[in-house]
Amino acid sequence: MPSSEPGAAPLIEVESLDVVFGYGAQAVHAVRDVSFQVMAGETYGLVGESGSGKSTVLRALSGLNPDWSGNLRLGGRALGRERDRAFYKRVQMVFQDPYGSLHPRHTVDRALGEPARIHGLDRVDRRIEQVLLDVGLGPAFRFRYPHQLSGGQRQRVAVARCLMLEPEVLLLDEPTSALDVSVQAEILNLLGRLRREHGLTYILVSHNLAVIAQMCDRLAVMNAGRVVEEMSVAQLRAAEPTQPYTRQLLTASRGYDRAAAEAMESFD
Amino acid sequence: MTPPASHPEALLTMEDLWVRFHTRTGIVEAVRGIGLSVGREKLGIVGESGSGKTMTGRAILQLIRPPGEITARRMDFQGIDLLAADERQMRQIRGERISMVMQDPKFSLNPVMTVGRQIEEAYRTHTKAGGREAREKSLEMLDAVKIRDPRRVYDLYPHEVSGGMGQRIMIAMMLIPDPELLIADEPTSALDVTVQMQVLAILDDLVSQRGMGLMFISHDLNLVASFCDRVVIMYAGRIVETCRADRLEEAQHPYTRGLLASLPEVDRPVATLPTLNRQDSWREEPGVDAFL
Repeated sequence: MPSSEPGAAPLIEVESLDVVFGYGAQAVHAVRDVSFQVMAGETYGLVGESGSGKSTVLRALSGLNPDWSGNLRLGGRALGRERDRAFYKRVQMVFQDPYGSLHPRHTVDRALGEPARIHGLDRVDRRIEQVLLDVGLGPAFRFRYPHQLSGGQRQRVAVARCLMLEPEVLLLDEPTSALDVSVQAEILNLLGRLRREHGLTYILVSHNLAVIAQMCDRLAVMNAGRVVEEMSVAQLRAAEPTQPYTRQLLTASRGYDRAAAEAMESFD
Repeated sequence: MTPPASHPEALLTMEDLWVRFHTRTGIVEAVRGIGLSVGREKLGIVGESGSGKTMTGRAILQLIRPPGEITARRMDFQGIDLLAADERQMRQIRGERISMVMQDPKFSLNPVMTVGRQIEEAYRTHTKAGGREAREKSLEMLDAVKIRDPRRVYDLYPHEVSGGMGQRIMIAMMLIPDPELLIADEPTSALDVTVQMQVLAILDDLVSQRGMGLMFISHDLNLVASFCDRVVIMYAGRIVETCRADRLEEAQHPYTRGLLASLPEVDRPVATLPTLNRQDSWREEPGVDAFL
């Protein structure tokens, strides 16, 4: 467990993060005072329902949303509102909808080549061949268009595009929730293997507690913009959550139960 | 293969249902000769995208437009031959006797009409109720689907409500004419788990208390196993297996077993998730019927 090493510095630090959308009476406080740390090599899960703020945390970290306050650090260095190329060389993001995240009229080759050209990397050809192999697609897929790929293959291309820059961190925003369960298993296995082989660090956002439990070392449960509870996956399994909200999520993840449904509460 | 007559408790019986799409590049067979019946029960239809489960639901209501084509040896709803019914008869059946909740409320609600008026309209189309009664009944229905402030929500437009709320509004609208059969196509997959549980409880009560039949189309095996009475597993347009929902764990077909194994579970950590090793033979082997 990377998190148990004493004295190890965290790779990613989120401290008192606040995100507000809109102004005055219309303001929506999407993220409230969220703090957590992620160690190098760890997979950290953010789990919660829609509107809990989990994706907003990820978007603030990735630089996609500059309207935040608090402190964000990568490798001990504070992150600003705007991110430079060096940041994206280290941190890449995978989105939920693999079709929406690929340009419909660009081939896989072009999608993969773009980040390399932006960053002025050499040996683009070799890199493309390598990442396609890494994600289990192979050279046959190189000159296909997104519409010629299945959902799972598209998500593999999106992951491959991230790998082109040999980053340290992947931010994963519901990477399998648009996929069939058998394809989800393939992508989760792929992400697990890539993490081990490339020494990657993940932050995985999901509404699916089982996916989080499969992939993560530790997790934070979010509700209404706040972290309700932080725990290890072992604690989650041992049914040790102390917060009623977490208990309810855990119950719901085990399937339908008439009595449990009756007892469901609203926590916002 | 062929049952002599409908099971006395069946609301709907279909035999040898095919849904074909005639395209420039040939005929696409979305549903390939399935037979099933639905009684006053919760029947789960599970399968992955492209398995034909949604098309089966749409075919019942004749909601497939050309170049799509529906054929069946039999499609019987309470003595009515749905395949022979004309558009006027279908309009009397749709909504009032057989209702359907679609997956995405965004495309199913009228964007320029308040949600309250849409629910009211659904009620008044199928009853002779007056304005006040329809409003009362609509508010009751919103309350029944756990909308917290029905009076406020009544006057909102669809773009002003969240996805989860939109889905509950859809469900309210479909249930208000008190249908005998409800076809629910992934009705809760856009909902948060807690709301999902509450919505399922509503559907559960409608089946057990009012004797409604429910055809529950879903990709979520765990949910179907815990919620439904019977399950039908579809693959490539055919039914590969059917069983009691509480016996899904004992399913025999390699496709069903593969799907079950590929699901991560909170309580059962595995180093690597088993993945599905698809066999060409699954497409070719004859399907099974799922009659009561």
